[in-house]
Amino acid sequence: MLATQSNNPALHIDADGNYDVDGHFKQLRGQKRLYTILGLGALFIVLFFSLWFANETNSGKFLDRLPHFFDFVGDLIPRDGWEIGRALFDLSSPYFDGSLKFNYPEGRVYITESLYIPEYFYKMIETLNIAILSTLIGFIFGFILCFLAASNLTTERWLRFVVRRFLEILRAFPEIVIAGFFLAIFSLGPIPAIIAVSIHTIGALGKMFYEVVENADMKPDEGLRAAGGNWVERVWFGIVPQIMPNFLSYGLLRLEINVRASTILGAVGAGGIGEVLRLSISRGHEAKTLAIILILFVTIVCVDQLSAYLRKRIVGNQAFEFGA
Amino acid sequence: MNASAMNLSTKMLTPQDVSAIKARYPDAFQRSFLKRFSTVLCFAVVAVYMIYVSWFFAIGKVFSEGNWNIAGSYLADWVSYEIRPDIDYRTGEILIEFPRFSPLGAEPDPEWIATERGTVTLIEKKQTASKPSTPSTSGSFMAPGSATGGGELSFMAPDSSATNTGANSSNAPAPDNNAEPQTVTREGINQAEIVFSNTAKVIVTPDIVTVMNGEESLAIDVDPINETVIPRDSLPEWALQKRENEKIFINFGFAGRAEIRAKEVKIMRRFFGWENFFFDTNSPYWGQSFTEVVGNVFSSQRLSENRSNISLLVDNFLNNAEWQHGDVYIKLLQTIVMAFVGTLFAVLIAFPLSFAAARNITLNRFLNQILKRFFDFLRSVDMLIWALFFTRAFGPGPLAGISAIFFTDTGTFGKLYSEALENIDDKQREGVRSVGASPAAVQRFGVVPQVLPVFASQALYFWESNTRSATIIGAVGAGGIGLKLWEAMRTNQDWENVFYMVILILIVVFAFDAVSNALRSRLIGKQQS
Repeated sequence: MLATQSNNPALHIDADGNYDVDGHFKQLRGQKRLYTILGLGALFIVLFFSLWFANETNSGKFLDRLPHFFDFVGDLIPRDGWEIGRALFDLSSPYFDGSLKFNYPEGRVYITESLYIPEYFYKMIETLNIAILSTLIGFIFGFILCFLAASNLTTERWLRFVVRRFLEILRAFPEIVIAGFFLAIFSLGPIPAIIAVSIHTIGALGKMFYEVVENADMKPDEGLRAAGGNWVERVWFGIVPQIMPNFLSYGLLRLEINVRASTILGAVGAGGIGEVLRLSISRGHEAKTLAIILILFVTIVCVDQLSAYLRKRIVGNQAFEFGA
Repeated sequence: MNASAMNLSTKMLTPQDVSAIKARYPDAFQRSFLKRFSTVLCFAVVAVYMIYVSWFFAIGKVFSEGNWNIAGSYLADWVSYEIRPDIDYRTGEILIEFPRFSPLGAEPDPEWIATERGTVTLIEKKQTASKPSTPSTSGSFMAPGSATGGGELSFMAPDSSATNTGANSSNAPAPDNNAEPQTVTREGINQAEIVFSNTAKVIVTPDIVTVMNGEESLAIDVDPINETVIPRDSLPEWALQKRENEKIFINFGFAGRAEIRAKEVKIMRRFFGWENFFFDTNSPYWGQSFTEVVGNVFSSQRLSENRSNISLLVDNFLNNAEWQHGDVYIKLLQTIVMAFVGTLFAVLIAFPLSFAAARNITLNRFLNQILKRFFDFLRSVDMLIWALFFTRAFGPGPLAGISAIFFTDTGTFGKLYSEALENIDDKQREGVRSVGASPAAVQRFGVVPQVLPVFASQALYFWESNTRSATIIGAVGAGGIGLKLWEAMRTNQDWENVFYMVILILIVVFAFDAVSNALRSRLIGKQQS
């Protein structure tokens, strides 16, 4: 009501018939400022109550615990700098006293009599394999489903509707519940994490894929249709070649996300590096924790860089437009 | 296609023409090996990798060892519940016992259990310590002291109360060596009929248990003294006896299961729905229909002496022992708050920093690089690691989650924002600068209007996606509904509560998704939604 009134220039014509531009501008500006202040005020009030609520329901109060904010740094100081290297490569420690804390060689995974993979490298490979395998599974099923969800390739409304809702549910279903459910069936191990991350990936990639497919150029498809190609041929020869770069790019982006997701799921019991990290932090093994953080950090940086490089090669600068 | 095209053309292609065309377009006809076989190679690599991981994770072995029977019953638990009475006949008389926290309340008398009274012959052992049990002495175990007339269904013999708690009911009360068995004949329950569905039921008498399922029926001789269970016929498909003379498992599908043991029959009768969803059995509102509840709320007669009916209703609902609505809502709100505050703070910090990190705005390479590496560091130390650290700093709760999201997303936003700033159109900045504006005004009027919609859109996207992440990091102790979900799952008994929370999470995620999509499409045009 207010907006329509002030937006109407006719209301700003004075008795002499002159249009009061300045007055109108000032009024519009004032109105905009009012809305901005009201919006910021509302945001501030919500933020205030959110913080109060978070503090109230937390087990330690913010101000009481603030001096302990950097306590974790104390958990990260090893006996000497070489301890990190020893923990990383499972070499025996001079401080070994029979406790688990300095018993680095215990986790060695032997391939032959003398050749071994250090524990954390093995665990990192496990986590990476979880991420890669679930990205592949997600890619394959997302690839199959996305053409059924795209409005330019699937004319049946109901089919599109069903596939889209299905992908939405796969995407929104909390990964932790899927992991927990399969942990109950398979007992501890990485398989539940693979299933959980795969299911989420199918939903997430499926959505991105069908949006790509909907933006595809339909001229090749028309040509194939004119030549009598069936649906599968039209998709495979008309659509797939032009969308494959984008699909690969999204797949790589997903791989980055899945490395993190499988680490987190590892921490709740699904094996891999996440689990040893959580155990190490809770037991206060400084050198082990640092070694794990180091290997995890380096891996994530490498995966991110490699994926960014490949995506740049595949689709150019489009790779850095992040998608929803 | 090619053949028809050639037939239609007036001039046939001679071999020379073909080779000429081949020579003219070498790219199209003689592609490199990699290009020609890239698809096949991709499939081959994927196949080899799949074989490798299935060996690495021993996928075949894990799947074959998976507890698939349990999966079905866990899944059924999401939308249904079991009532588990034990039909005990070790004394010669039939006693029906319900577990302590039965969804049916303190004195269950379900209509699907029919009993018949008659003369029963009990072999009672005279005990030195306590008096032999008589039906009238024992009150209900669940409600001690409640003088109930219809005690037949809720009483239990004192010496069998140990069986109430666990499944190991084979631990019969130790027979007293000095006691002399004494045969008593009196009136009691001599037959119980448990109806599972129209066609399936179990009829229990002290010596024979008859199971009827569809057309088939199976009679089983039970002997509590020699502890044997012997079926009279060969077992049908729905019955299973793992060892001779030991318990027989009966499976009625969704309707439930039964375990026939030498001394008792364990019934697991499944019902569709969520039991006692609104009020638990201790609430005065329990078992009332909707109209009754409404009637009670507005009636002047108080159900509880010291509080109004409406506050009793709200309290009973929120503190429902089985569903814990109040706690679930608080935890869900924590998750939302974690995502909201964490994202908002990250935006507030990343916004000024990204101006310093963008190389076209701050002309200091060193500062640019330092900030960018700092963003990379924050982003690459996983949200999990931050969550574990801050759980140690603040204790379990949303503050740890807020901090973890804040640290990770400051890095993410810093990177995204500085990249967006580096891609802005320079003309507007030049225009503002050319009229002599101060450096701050150049940024405010030359840069911010260009990037603000993108910034806000990205913030909204991450707000929504953090709502999902907050659920997961909650499980490692960072507060919110994640931990509650994880606890409910670990017991393997509260799958209905898990499903309830999942539905709430889905509602929140879909609502945020819709809100964020709507706002974003208004901010940066329609192409995003």
